[in-house]
Amino acid sequence: MSSNFNKDRRTLSAGLIAFAVAAAIGTPSFAAAPATKTINTTGLKITDTEVYVGQLHSATGTMAISETGSIQAEQLAIEQINKAGGILGRQIRIIQEDGASDWPTFAEKARKLLVNDKVAAVFGCWTSASRKAVLPVFEKENGLLYYPTFYEGLEQSKNVFYTGQEATQQIIAGLDWIAKTKGAKSFYLVGSDYIWPRTSNKIARKHIENVLKGKVVGEEYYPLGHTQFGSLINKIKLKKPDVIYSIVVGGSNVAWWKQLKAAGLTAEKQTILTISVTEDEVLGIGGENMVGHYSAMKYFQSLDNPNNKAFVAAFKAKYGKDAVIGDVTQAAYLGPWLWKMAVEKAGSFDVDKVVAASPELEFKAAPEGYVKIHPNHHLWSKLRIGQWDKSGQAKVLYESGLIVPDPFPKGYQ
Amino acid sequence: MEGVGVGEFGSILLMQGFNGLSVFSVLVLMALGLAIIFGQMGVINMAHGEFLTIGAYTTFVLSHLTTTYLPSAQPYYFLVAIIVAFVLGGLVGYAVEYLLIRHLYKRPLDSLLATWGLSLVMQQMFRSTFGAKEVSATLPDWLLGSWQPSGTVDIPLNGLFVMVITLLLTCLVALFMYRSRSGLRMRATTQNRVMAGAVGINTAQVDRMTFALGCGIAGVAGAAFTTIGSTGPTSGSLYIVDAFLTVVFGGAQSLLGTLASAFSIAQANSTLEFFITGSSAKVITLLAIIVILMIRPQGLFSSKVRK
Repeated sequence: MSSNFNKDRRTLSAGLIAFAVAAAIGTPSFAAAPATKTINTTGLKITDTEVYVGQLHSATGTMAISETGSIQAEQLAIEQINKAGGILGRQIRIIQEDGASDWPTFAEKARKLLVNDKVAAVFGCWTSASRKAVLPVFEKENGLLYYPTFYEGLEQSKNVFYTGQEATQQIIAGLDWIAKTKGAKSFYLVGSDYIWPRTSNKIARKHIENVLKGKVVGEEYYPLGHTQFGSLINKIKLKKPDVIYSIVVGGSNVAWWKQLKAAGLTAEKQTILTISVTEDEVLGIGGENMVGHYSAMKYFQSLDNPNNKAFVAAFKAKYGKDAVIGDVTQAAYLGPWLWKMAVEKAGSFDVDKVVAASPELEFKAAPEGYVKIHPNHHLWSKLRIGQWDKSGQAKVLYESGLIVPDPFPKGYQ
Repeated sequence: MEGVGVGEFGSILLMQGFNGLSVFSVLVLMALGLAIIFGQMGVINMAHGEFLTIGAYTTFVLSHLTTTYLPSAQPYYFLVAIIVAFVLGGLVGYAVEYLLIRHLYKRPLDSLLATWGLSLVMQQMFRSTFGAKEVSATLPDWLLGSWQPSGTVDIPLNGLFVMVITLLLTCLVALFMYRSRSGLRMRATTQNRVMAGAVGINTAQVDRMTFALGCGIAGVAGAAFTTIGSTGPTSGSLYIVDAFLTVVFGGAQSLLGTLASAFSIAQANSTLEFFITGSSAKVITLLAIIVILMIRPQGLFSSKVRK
């Protein structure tokens, strides 16, 4: 203890001397960036030229399929911010940890990043399970997490910003669109058996029954990793719903779409709307199996605006011309930028000040168009309906207005 | 069931019947290789799913090569892919037996751990080579869509294809096991290893060939499954539980048992799924299997083996 104290005092006095010398000589570079001690009062890992952030995704294990895009997008954003001069005159340095698709590992690595590395912010997690695992750590250590995935809602934390859509943003506008354009009255809800599909279908069912005055003719869940959908498809043929509403994920998702196609349920014969297929999933499913079907997402790679064109070009320049960008990849790209804006507005890296500065921040250069941070830490965003083609890209048929994020929707729980 | 005519209901029953057969052939195909390795040699090969993945990636690579360099051969590449998948799966299996498995024959629990480790290593190798994201082989047109014998009946072409492959492969394996010299040596080794050695059978060589054969068949299954499922680093692990279930339920040493067990599991599951939900169908099927295995621990069929 005492030796630590002595050491601290030594570095402190050394620092003071250096500061005095610098002031005496009058180094100009010193004046440009604000002094570290004024922008970092809580002992984060920040030097006069660098600030450290954490990146916590699964680079290995089953979830690596989904999380790779997020890792790449966050690194691209940080590289671009650094090229433009960094944040408050400091270059961002990444400490990357691997959650390895294992939720306790996520919690352990989160603690390592916050307690040992003292990172100023963390960009990470993908599944709700991993987010739930790290949440107590972020709240206890007062860390800052930017979470990219669209998810079931029902959560709000001072220490987390949710850059993907919560369930109502993704579901309600999509159902309204399909009911209106297809005159759909009867719906068959299908999902993988875990929290996100079940919560989402609960919201969908309430909306279909109470608002659209339609009918849910079936609601079914299949274990993650289920690969045989023949019986379900026959059941659907018997019930003849106007729309199949699909929230199947993972390897199961590929089997589901391939078998739908093989059973003759092509887009001409059956309308299917899904909230679990992005450009990333189509790579595995194959464009020929998705032709004509609809996805409801806030972002598609084919969005026609200058922000997105620049983003897609930069992404391909860094990761190859065949790289595809899905909804979550774009949401992950927003994280570092939103953090930069909040830090600059706060004039500090302190987590409390960054959190306080965040609400109402607008990000006009977002590839998805325009987003704004709501006081509930989610984003105002639009919903789009995309129709898939053979090449694995979607044509955007519909775009909603900005939708208020509502993680605890009244009347939908 | 309003709005469904009698004829249409008949069509759905017909398609449902086909679906049961289709699930049956998928189960047989995934379990056949395992039945040989686990049944004949007693090795619990947790990496079986990864040999399926080898077959799947082989198909993907060949699909990619043909569409890039030889587009005119695209309709036929799949047949070549199946053969290459068998050879590759077999070669890797041969090497694995030589380097790993043969040192662990007397330690079944260690072989379980070792092959599980091997499966993790192989998954990470796929991930490093092909990327973490799923890929998809471009299927030839004759494998896409459905065959419509009448207006309301759709028979999935990929399901038919898997069925044909299963039938061919099962017949070939049965012929090999019961009508060839090598098959005879294999069965002799299973039934009495010491005696088989005493009459001059090179049992170590037989083990290696058996393991390679099982892995080769897994490769074929993996290639065939690209028509109905996903191709990714962990795709094979989707099948491993069902494969073990089928083999154990059928009685480890019996090919006939594997067929019977695949048939009953497939029919039970596909019928239940039609009447109740997917998750509960799975639960009921598994409970039934557990109860039957408590009454008959040796499985449905078992052959007498001198230990």
